[in-house]
Amino acid sequence: MRTLWRTSLPALPRDAALLRDIGLVGLADGIVGVSFGAAAVAGGLPWWVPVALSVLVFAGGSQIAAVGVVLAGGSPFAAVAAGAVLNTRLFPYGLAVADVVTSEYGPVRRWLIRVIGSHLITDEAVAFALRQDGRSRRRTAFWTCGVALFAIWNVSVLLGVALGAALHDTNAFGLDSTFPAVMLALALPTLTSRSVKAAAGTGAVIAVALTPLLPAGLPLLAALGGLGTRWRGWPGMWRRLSRLWRGGREQDDRHPRDDGQRRDIAWRDGDGDGGDGGAANDDEMTVGGRR
Amino acid sequence: MMPMAAIVALAALTYAFRFTGPLLRGRVTVPAAAERLFADAATILLIALAATAALTAGHGFAGWARPAGVLVAGVLAARRAPFPVVVLAAAAVTALLRLAGVP
Repeated sequence: MRTLWRTSLPALPRDAALLRDIGLVGLADGIVGVSFGAAAVAGGLPWWVPVALSVLVFAGGSQIAAVGVVLAGGSPFAAVAAGAVLNTRLFPYGLAVADVVTSEYGPVRRWLIRVIGSHLITDEAVAFALRQDGRSRRRTAFWTCGVALFAIWNVSVLLGVALGAALHDTNAFGLDSTFPAVMLALALPTLTSRSVKAAAGTGAVIAVALTPLLPAGLPLLAALGGLGTRWRGWPGMWRRLSRLWRGGREQDDRHPRDDGQRRDIAWRDGDGDGGDGGAANDDEMTVGGRR
Repeated sequence: MMPMAAIVALAALTYAFRFTGPLLRGRVTVPAAAERLFADAATILLIALAATAALTAGHGFAGWARPAGVLVAGVLAARRAPFPVVVLAAAAVTALLRLAGVP
């Protein structure tokens, strides 16, 4: 066991900037954890609900979403569905940090590290890990951030539960606006392209407009209809699929009218090569196996 | 109501999403289009969640104090203010507005 920790939980990072940044994020998450615990209990849920969610799910956004759905009167099924959809992003995250959530010292240690490390995958830990160069620095960042946030998050939720039980009216302290503020702060940096902005804006309008009409939780899932704004990519995809389908028999049968649409394909690809069937491979990107 | 079974179900699904990546390490490639779809879906949910949580309570309007606090937080976040500042500003603005009698 000692070897396990020595090989996989690295010594404190020398990089003071990294520690400071992790500390700042930890502080923010701590505030959110306190308000999550307080709001859940003040809203009428038993104390063990936020505590169990924090230990077992350990994904702030989905915990807040699930509790929000339930407190708004939604069914547990809608709560689980909303939380689960939010957490699908953890799958590509897992691929991205797979090289630091493993061990070279035998299968037992490898599995232990995988089982423990997987649970520590969060937006923050992955962001810190991917910002480092070199595998050992990525490993240090991931595990330092992951372990620190797990401790901070669970302790702060416990504090919040105690606070919520004592205060009763957490709204007087504005704690109810910390939830949406955190969601916004997490989402704003990812609103990079015009297509995402359009999809997210549409989704938000759909969700708010449907809230008075549908049971809680469903408007949030309906917001995924905002993905439909990405339809502009479909003609390009169809053209390429049909070209692949026809294979090598008709190498290049582009009609002159296609030229007017090539810009669209190039835009989806992110490179200038939207023509031949071979370009389909450019669309695939290896996420794992990063060196 | 949030039964233990629902918590365990969400925990199991979440862990499955987390564990699959390290398990498949190096043996799978995710098409860029699929990865974009995951990322966009998460962004849409976060923004929709922020909008509904800021503007609505139950099936109705939440009052002005909460969206005002969230708006200030959004401006601060867009200007890359530190995370704790963003969160505390939201709570402070909302609490002060309520103190002043704004619902």
